[in-house]
Amino acid sequence: MNAEELRKDFPILSERINGHRLVYLDNAATSQKPRQVIDAVVRYYEHDNSNVHRGVHTLGSRATEAYEAARERVARFIRARSPQEVVFTRGTTESLNMIAHGYARAKLREGDEIVLPPSEHHSNLIPWQQAARATGATLRYLPLQPDGTIRLEDVEAAVTDRTKIVAIAHVSNVLGTVNPVREIAEIAHRHGAIIVVDGAQSVPHMPTDVVAMDCDFLAFSGHKMLGPTGIGVLYGKAELLAEMEPTYFGGEMIDVVDLYESTWKEAPWKFEGGTPIIAGAIGLAAAMDYLDRVGMAEIERHDAALAAKAVERLAEIDGVTIFGPPPGQSRAGLVTFNLGRVHPHDLATVLDARGVAIRAGHHCAQPLMRLFNVPATARASFYLYNTEEDVDALVDAVLEAKEFFGHAIG
Amino acid sequence: MQLDDLYRQVIMDHYQHPRNRGTLDEGAISVDLRNPSCGDEIKLQLLVDGGVVKDVRFLGSGCSISMASASMMTEAIKGKPLEEAVQLAHTFRAMMRGEDVDLDQLGELEALQGVRKFPARIKCATLAWQALERAASAPEGGRVEDETFGD
Repeated sequence: MNAEELRKDFPILSERINGHRLVYLDNAATSQKPRQVIDAVVRYYEHDNSNVHRGVHTLGSRATEAYEAARERVARFIRARSPQEVVFTRGTTESLNMIAHGYARAKLREGDEIVLPPSEHHSNLIPWQQAARATGATLRYLPLQPDGTIRLEDVEAAVTDRTKIVAIAHVSNVLGTVNPVREIAEIAHRHGAIIVVDGAQSVPHMPTDVVAMDCDFLAFSGHKMLGPTGIGVLYGKAELLAEMEPTYFGGEMIDVVDLYESTWKEAPWKFEGGTPIIAGAIGLAAAMDYLDRVGMAEIERHDAALAAKAVERLAEIDGVTIFGPPPGQSRAGLVTFNLGRVHPHDLATVLDARGVAIRAGHHCAQPLMRLFNVPATARASFYLYNTEEDVDALVDAVLEAKEFFGHAIG
Repeated sequence: MQLDDLYRQVIMDHYQHPRNRGTLDEGAISVDLRNPSCGDEIKLQLLVDGGVVKDVRFLGSGCSISMASASMMTEAIKGKPLEEAVQLAHTFRAMMRGEDVDLDQLGELEALQGVRKFPARIKCATLAWQALERAASAPEGGRVEDETFGD
């Protein structure tokens, strides 16, 4: 793949930021959108816009067809057995909350355990805290190695017959570690537990095969994979979605409504109460077309290579601390770091003055920040349109920040 | 965008050598305030006697702007009537909102004006001042704990 060529598809990448070329390295927060995705959304609004699953007029049929075709597109992208295993949601957070609410709460009993690492994003942590609180179940945390990895023997030790749910990110949004979800799924299933995978940082960056992974649920967001904001996916195995209760009730999701009782459509429609995110789903399908044209395996290699180069070069800078796997060890396409005692906000401001956009903060992972004993960190995350030139710009800007704050913060 | 507009020398000096850093004994008003979106936090303590800020201390962690602003604030309000300190907080926040204010009243604090050009950093500069306003509305010797602010 040729990142320089791909950049031309992304109008925003020609923005000048503070007089500099935009070096967008905040892809783990959200990705930029190619012309093809923007056009697909515009085309829908200009030619097909209507509500779905109701009305018999022509536009209604076109919109319904496009929306359901988007569901099939998603199913193909993650290699689900059926489009009916794909629920459209607002994003990863909503997907995970729906599982915790509609599935977990009915299943959990006092004494049951939910196993998860302490490095989870708040959205794959707080829903479980709440579910545990409501049911009397308890959270059990997996230990992290100093490089942020999780050892399978620790999973073996933590997962018991009391475990009902294992919740884990495929790729950590802070550490950049790739967790062995397939092996963890195998351990969970051996004990009769289900595994919920947070795919927010993995689905956009690597080939996904839910059948091979054997995850029971998978949650991810469209906006982190070139799609619009406000659209996300909840994948669930058909038999689990059948058991799961809807979170929202109202139009679109019902079968028969009586004065005192009602019944629902089958999955996935029973989970999509109200007018769904039609344009978002169509935009997401266009994003998946784009990503598959480039090739997910290619993208995975590209992002990881840039991150590896960034880690290697940042680690050479005196005063830089790298979190997660050290240089030379495998990691996904992001790198989290700090520069001496320079606060990440200050670092990010200096980088921004050079057109380099990174994330600074706790990355919605406060327990992990406490484990590191830092209030915040800086994070650079890569995607298909980033180049080696971007890595150079990052490293140069960090060196400049070091120079800038060097006199004040020795 | 000029970084020197943001990181003026006086700000870097306060960051590097914070004034009035520490804690006060019993009898002080104490406020803990956090900005949950970035993780900055401050503990501000005021010893108010006869309506006058007799002493003030702060502890906290955060970026250069938030810590320098806190340090500069403590210098500015120490020995002042509490009412005047609150007035100063209002003036300071008005400056950060881009309103026309009497800069003479602000003295050295005027250096933080440059933060206005960096919208993402304005909350950093106002954290300590919000803590001050909350402390002023607390009863003497009272505690306001673990609050978060939005703005």
